[in-house]
Amino acid sequence: MAASFHFELVSPERLLISEDVDAVLVPGSEGEFEVLAGHAPFLSTLRPGLMRVRGGSKPDRQIFVRGGFADTGPDGLTVLAEEAIPVEEIDRELIASQIADAEDDVKDAKDEATRDDAERHLEHLREVQRALGH
Amino acid sequence: MASLKDLRNRIASVKATQKITKAMQMVAAAKLRRAQEAAEAARPYAQRMQSVLASLSDAVKGSDEAPHLMVGNGRDATQLLVVCTADRGLCGAFNSSIVRLARQTAIRLQNEGKKVEFFCVGRKGYDMLRRDFGNQIVDLVELKEVKRIGFTDAQQIAEKIIKRFENGDFDVATLFYAHFNSVISQVPTAHQMIPAHVEDEAAETQAASDEAGAVREYEPEESEILADLVPRNISVQIFRALLENAASEQGARMSAMDNATRNAGEMIDDLTMEYNRTRQAQITKELIEIISGAEAL
Repeated sequence: MAASFHFELVSPERLLISEDVDAVLVPGSEGEFEVLAGHAPFLSTLRPGLMRVRGGSKPDRQIFVRGGFADTGPDGLTVLAEEAIPVEEIDRELIASQIADAEDDVKDAKDEATRDDAERHLEHLREVQRALGH
Repeated sequence: MASLKDLRNRIASVKATQKITKAMQMVAAAKLRRAQEAAEAARPYAQRMQSVLASLSDAVKGSDEAPHLMVGNGRDATQLLVVCTADRGLCGAFNSSIVRLARQTAIRLQNEGKKVEFFCVGRKGYDMLRRDFGNQIVDLVELKEVKRIGFTDAQQIAEKIIKRFENGDFDVATLFYAHFNSVISQVPTAHQMIPAHVEDEAAETQAASDEAGAVREYEPEESEILADLVPRNISVQIFRALLENAASEQGARMSAMDNATRNAGEMIDDLTMEYNRTRQAQITKELIEIISGAEAL
């Protein structure tokens, strides 16, 4: 049994998870990273993607997160996500509609920088859609 | 003096009113519980947000990279008052107390020679402010169709406000809402949103935990995270205000309707008493007429 640490997943609407887990794979904006017990203090923004949680009260879980950031500190990992939905509950249409929104953003972008951002966002969402297998 | 029929009609109508206020009270009580839960569930997020923001703002303090949304643009000539009220009435002094606070602030700022603009969230505040500050209201957002306030609703409002700020339409934004203390007490509150006002308490606890741990690493850089985080923080603050407001509104409505139900009960008692007296008096009068008629024979 690996050492566990405290993990909290908070969305603006509610506290989704607050328990001790073994490892969490977080989709950071500059690459995925895995947090284990005793991780160095670290703060990263999130890109839309799947978060994998190992250990804890339930078997391994996958959670779709979008927008927000992850904060690792001495008290464990806190993920503040604007949207967090367990994979089992994901609505396929929701992802599809978010992709449509992102496509509109790309079209409406006025300058280079916003278009780059929007395109990156869209790419991440497509990745999630592929990961869900449809 | 009112006839028996009039009294009967009045009693019936007051009873009907009482039924409505009673129902409204019960609906408000059920909604209050849900609104309260939502407000409580949203608290952890806002707290974490504050503490992260506090540590980040320490990191970029003094540098030019700090986003304008956070440090302000150095002026305070134009003030935007974001007034959150309910879309419906019949909730006691809830709406008017928020509007009163906003109006007082506006008058004070105007006396200081500043330009004041209003951004209304909720129909009732707009209706009340329109009379005095009709041409200073820049926007109105109604949440009548929204059953349960979601984060996206707050985000849309935040986007509108941030856009105005970036266009240079205002320098300082203050949020007005009713803080939910309990069912019988809702405190109208003003909260400065732009430039961001980091709570000292959160900053201190964060500073303490930073000292205990190693140096925190950031990815991407602090300033980039801040640029992403600060607009989000505004959404969070609006979301919180909306949730607090929703709970306060239901609390205020519940106690207002409770009072109304009680008043209706008293009125029914009084009217029933009057009805019985009148009825008795009429019977006595009829008896006297019959008896005196019989004696005359």
